[in-house]
Amino acid sequence: MSRLAYLGVLAFALLGTAWLEVFLRTRVYARWRRLSLAVAPVVVVFVLWDLYAIAQNHWTFDPERTSGLLLPGGLPIDEVLFFIVIPIASVLTLEAVRSVKRWEVGDEVPGTCVNGVRVSDGER
Amino acid sequence: MTYTQLGLIGVIVVIALDLFVFQTRLVRRRVFWVAYAIIIFFQLVTNGVLTGLRIVRYDGDAIIGSSTPTDGPPPFLGDGRIAFAPVEDLLFGFSLVLLTLVLWVWWGRRGVQRTAWSGPPVESLRTVLGYQSPPE
Repeated sequence: MSRLAYLGVLAFALLGTAWLEVFLRTRVYARWRRLSLAVAPVVVVFVLWDLYAIAQNHWTFDPERTSGLLLPGGLPIDEVLFFIVIPIASVLTLEAVRSVKRWEVGDEVPGTCVNGVRVSDGER
Repeated sequence: MTYTQLGLIGVIVVIALDLFVFQTRLVRRRVFWVAYAIIIFFQLVTNGVLTGLRIVRYDGDAIIGSSTPTDGPPPFLGDGRIAFAPVEDLLFGFSLVLLTLVLWVWWGRRGVQRTAWSGPPVESLRTVLGYQSPPE
């Protein structure tokens, strides 16, 4: 059970944001190609940071409360999943705020209307 | 380099990517800061579990505060910690979140699944969320 402690935290983040896709119509999972392209570089950068931190002994993981599945460099698989789950939850949060507030995010087509205001080319 | 130094560098680099390289300018948008306010609340909760239960333990040489104790939880607040976690985790988290959102917006702007945009919320949630229909 306790070996699932870290993974449990990740499950909380995943399940705690999944409802946004349905009820706020965030369309993040629906746009899985764009999501993958956004998350993949983040995973690479932060895995490298993590490997450096582990090598420098900045932090260590409790072997009793992580899955015990280690990648080369002593990186728990739990950490790699963290760098996938948290970015997905973040994008869902951003799109949830847009869903409710209809504020400009920066990916709008120039000339279209956001919240009744035309998106200008100069803003881009 | 220490975690403190890397954390600061991470924030500066990602903000520079946002403003000058990808020019997504999320740090100048209201939508980002409202989303980040929600995210940081849940970061403090989930990271509090990871650090308070000492699932992740830190070396005092790498952070402003002291090492995670071996015999009990670190301070909830103080000694360079907020909700059990080193303040450096807030820098790390900010970089992680902002970099993700910069890339998400950038790919959308490049035309990768740019639409359909999110929303509107389902009918039954609109009142409780304070959703207002767009003007004609």
